[in-house]
Amino acid sequence: MSNVTQDTAVRTSTFTRIFIYGLLILFAAYYLMPLFVMIVNSLKPLSEITSGNMMALPEVWTLEPWRQAWSKAQIGIEPTGLKPYFVNSLLIVIPAVFISTIIGAINGYVLTKWRFRGDTLIFGALLFSCFIPFQIVLIPMAIVLGKLGIAGSIPGLVLVHVVYGIGFTTLYYRNYYAVFPTELVRAAQIDGAGFFRIFWRIMLPISGPITVVSVIWQFTNVWNDFLFGASFAGQEQPMTVALNNLVQSSTGVKEYNVHFAGAILAALPTLLVYIVAGRYFVRGLMAGSVKG
Amino acid sequence: MKINKKTVLASALLMATAAVQAEDVEVLHWWTAGGEAAALSVLKDDLSKDGVGWVDMPVAGGGGGSAMTTLRARVTAGNSPTAVQMLGYDIQDWAAEGELANLNDIAAANNWDAVVPTALQKFSKYDGNWIAAPVNMHSTNWVWANKKVLDDLGLPQPHSWDDFVAAMQAAKDAGKIGLAHGGQPWQEATMFDGVVLSVGGADFYNKAFVELDEDALTGPQMLEAFKRMETLRSFVDDNFSGRDWNLASSMVINGDAAFQIMGDWAKGEFINAGKVPNEDFLCFRVPGSQGTMAFNADQFAMFKVDSASAQEAQGKMAAAIVAPTFQIAFNQVKGSVPSRTDIDPKQFDACGQKGIADLQYANATGGLVGSMAHGHAQPAAIKNAVFDVVTNHFNGEFDAEEAVEELFNAIDAAK
Amino acid sequence: MANNAGQDDFQTKLQNWLPKIVLSPSIAAMVVFVYGFIAFTVYISFSDSKMLPSYDWIGLANYTKLWKLSHWWVSITNLAVFATLYIGICTVLGLSLAILLDQKIRGEGMLRPIYLYPMALSFIVTGTAWKWILDPGIGLENTMHQWGWESFHFDWIKDRNMAIYTVVIAAVWQTSGFVMAMFLAGLRGVDNEILKAAQIDGASNWRLYRRIVIPMLRPAFLSAFVILAHLSVKSYDLIIALTGGGPGRATEVPATFMYSYTFTRNSMGIGAASAVIMLMTIAAIITPYLYAELKEKK
Repeated sequence: MSNVTQDTAVRTSTFTRIFIYGLLILFAAYYLMPLFVMIVNSLKPLSEITSGNMMALPEVWTLEPWRQAWSKAQIGIEPTGLKPYFVNSLLIVIPAVFISTIIGAINGYVLTKWRFRGDTLIFGALLFSCFIPFQIVLIPMAIVLGKLGIAGSIPGLVLVHVVYGIGFTTLYYRNYYAVFPTELVRAAQIDGAGFFRIFWRIMLPISGPITVVSVIWQFTNVWNDFLFGASFAGQEQPMTVALNNLVQSSTGVKEYNVHFAGAILAALPTLLVYIVAGRYFVRGLMAGSVKG
Repeated sequence: MKINKKTVLASALLMATAAVQAEDVEVLHWWTAGGEAAALSVLKDDLSKDGVGWVDMPVAGGGGGSAMTTLRARVTAGNSPTAVQMLGYDIQDWAAEGELANLNDIAAANNWDAVVPTALQKFSKYDGNWIAAPVNMHSTNWVWANKKVLDDLGLPQPHSWDDFVAAMQAAKDAGKIGLAHGGQPWQEATMFDGVVLSVGGADFYNKAFVELDEDALTGPQMLEAFKRMETLRSFVDDNFSGRDWNLASSMVINGDAAFQIMGDWAKGEFINAGKVPNEDFLCFRVPGSQGTMAFNADQFAMFKVDSASAQEAQGKMAAAIVAPTFQIAFNQVKGSVPSRTDIDPKQFDACGQKGIADLQYANATGGLVGSMAHGHAQPAAIKNAVFDVVTNHFNGEFDAEEAVEELFNAIDAAK
Repeated sequence: MANNAGQDDFQTKLQNWLPKIVLSPSIAAMVVFVYGFIAFTVYISFSDSKMLPSYDWIGLANYTKLWKLSHWWVSITNLAVFATLYIGICTVLGLSLAILLDQKIRGEGMLRPIYLYPMALSFIVTGTAWKWILDPGIGLENTMHQWGWESFHFDWIKDRNMAIYTVVIAAVWQTSGFVMAMFLAGLRGVDNEILKAAQIDGASNWRLYRRIVIPMLRPAFLSAFVILAHLSVKSYDLIIALTGGGPGRATEVPATFMYSYTFTRNSMGIGAASAVIMLMTIAAIITPYLYAELKEKK
């Protein structure tokens, strides 16, 4: 983790640099295009959308679609907008991210600093869980949740997200802790520090960067989940399910401006997390997971 | 996005206590947005007057596909909703699993046997017992036309298939799109319903799609049906693939296209655009299929519930669904016709009145058939096999002869 | 483990067992929710399950049916095309952007989140926007025409031979920025002294990257490959949002195939059989990686 600098030693000519900037800006346009389309069209009245250019700026600017999507649009039989579902999503995401991150950290700690026979095998087996297609677990998961008596509830949904999240979080923490000198742990042990004390006093304080990666990853995945939310949520449906209910009217007028406003609203938390924590994200990746 | 701690806490508490009470019905459905969701809230209000609470469980997507996935998860978890919006054979499949409740008492008290069309009862009953409450009857063999486009070209409403083709050709020659269409498998199958009826009438339709008779499926009439699909394909613009049906409707509304073949839910698009039936737009049966009607009906299938009070609430809901007040209020919005034959048509607009008259005629003369495209002719496996062939043929994967052969093979493989 | 004399025997034992005790809930969860469920799926694939799970054994019938379906062949061919292009383009693009961005670029702090943000959004959110952009009638083609570029032509999504490539475009949009971040992190970890020494020796920039920097990024390549491989096999939202599997059935992939057979076509047995084949494919790709990765760490 040394030599973390912003510079490379490569020297480039002015011409090359202009070319590089041009290319980078071109790609920025590619990445921004869908978001641009969504924002621009969420600020237009519907008539302008159906008749006009997708890329054109609004002739009449309006915030009404946003108001509609947030608090007035018909979702199910209640005209509540997306507002109440936002809270549901938070109630699911916060515990799920917190628990899976903690478990991942402890697992990573055990798998690197308290190694035992067969630990690599266990890690490999755990990692495979990242690759299971979620569609196949729906039915058996429903059976298990039913048996546990938490079907159709927030605790049930949190359990599902934690179970399929710990593979990733364990991977992150394990790779991160692997480069941390084990001698320090041994020394603390000789000084009489126990398992949890070492974790608390030595490992956690250095875990900032990788915690950012783990939290961002889990937050995004859980917030964006639709399949589990639609199948196991019961009354407290998350934001994605509500958004889908808003935009997928089977027979009726499609209010695209309201749909776009709703989509951006549903995406705001993850967008914010990426924009605010983006720099730490690269730093965290750098510090651990891609260094292998 | 200000959310203070109190709101979060309060709503958490609310949720904890809002678990389903005995006098509530939990309803899983995919009428989640806009007018149809608002129309469903009429039912909720009717029930709350009766002291029955409504716990809403909306899951949209895939024409009810997502809702059916949720339902499977709920049932396997031993946590069935009270009532579930369902179509055709799905109801029969769930009944065969022994998951549905018996509504015979409610049906007898409200005289359902006499007022619900016989062809529809086939889906609302299993083993002679009522298991579902029908909400409406849609039909798929409709053509929607822009009247101004036809008038400008001096075209009358076409009454035969050849007239229809000639009219589309005239529109095409005048620089319009002959047929507005959205390229999604179910939309192509919806057209196919009307086309098959136009070729061989209800008898042929039933032989081919309901009985799956080999001679009908492989015979010259089926070949003719696929050839007619090719004719339709030649009047569709290049940009049809993946288009939502309502965008196709707005092409007719805006006068860019002359016709669209689509179920009666399309009427809502015209009405919402401020158009008046017979003045701005025309609605008529796919030429050649007059007197027949390929229907699909939304129903609420009732799942078994334990306690007596829950059963009572469920019964009240079933009765309220079939009651005339809700049938009229809901179907005025939805574009469909009531699922009972004793409603006064004056409550509906011109297209609605025509739909009701068609239903009564078809019901009396044996012309009422279940829509293949919407799961009222065959169960899901075969329905989707038909979709595969129809959509692949429409998209140019095979010609009419190959399509006939593929259709038989695909149905055979899916049985 | 270093045992100090005089410590309480029980506590020592506890300390020795504690790591395993702490790990055990994860192991238990994994055994039930991953391997138990896989076993369940394998069993279902040998049963006559239709709408709900059934436990009547019918042997290999579902598998023979599956391989006879032209639909399934289309799905796996599409996945092969899609995965190859998607992984290839994302890796090349991600690496290129990372190298460019690593040239002391002013405004890097602005550009990086722009490249990265698509990963934050699901296709439930961006699906409609993408559908519009790709649609020739309202999207890019129409916009270019309105801006005066009349000959611009882009209607791949309507063409059943080309539609799968539009899916690649949107998928690359979503993840290439993330791959870029991984490579950027790797590049920032490269020791500058080595580069400087090589430059003094007169190596060109191109040679510098090809011979020295890129080989040093091997771990980043591996991580990127695994993430991209699993995303491409799991891609479901993407197809549903963009093409719904169309035109016709031209863009179906195994994930959509499995979902539709299991849940909308009431053929759970065939759906499970396709899932088992998907799982075996994933295992075939992932196991060598895991093996290499874990052996190295010993």
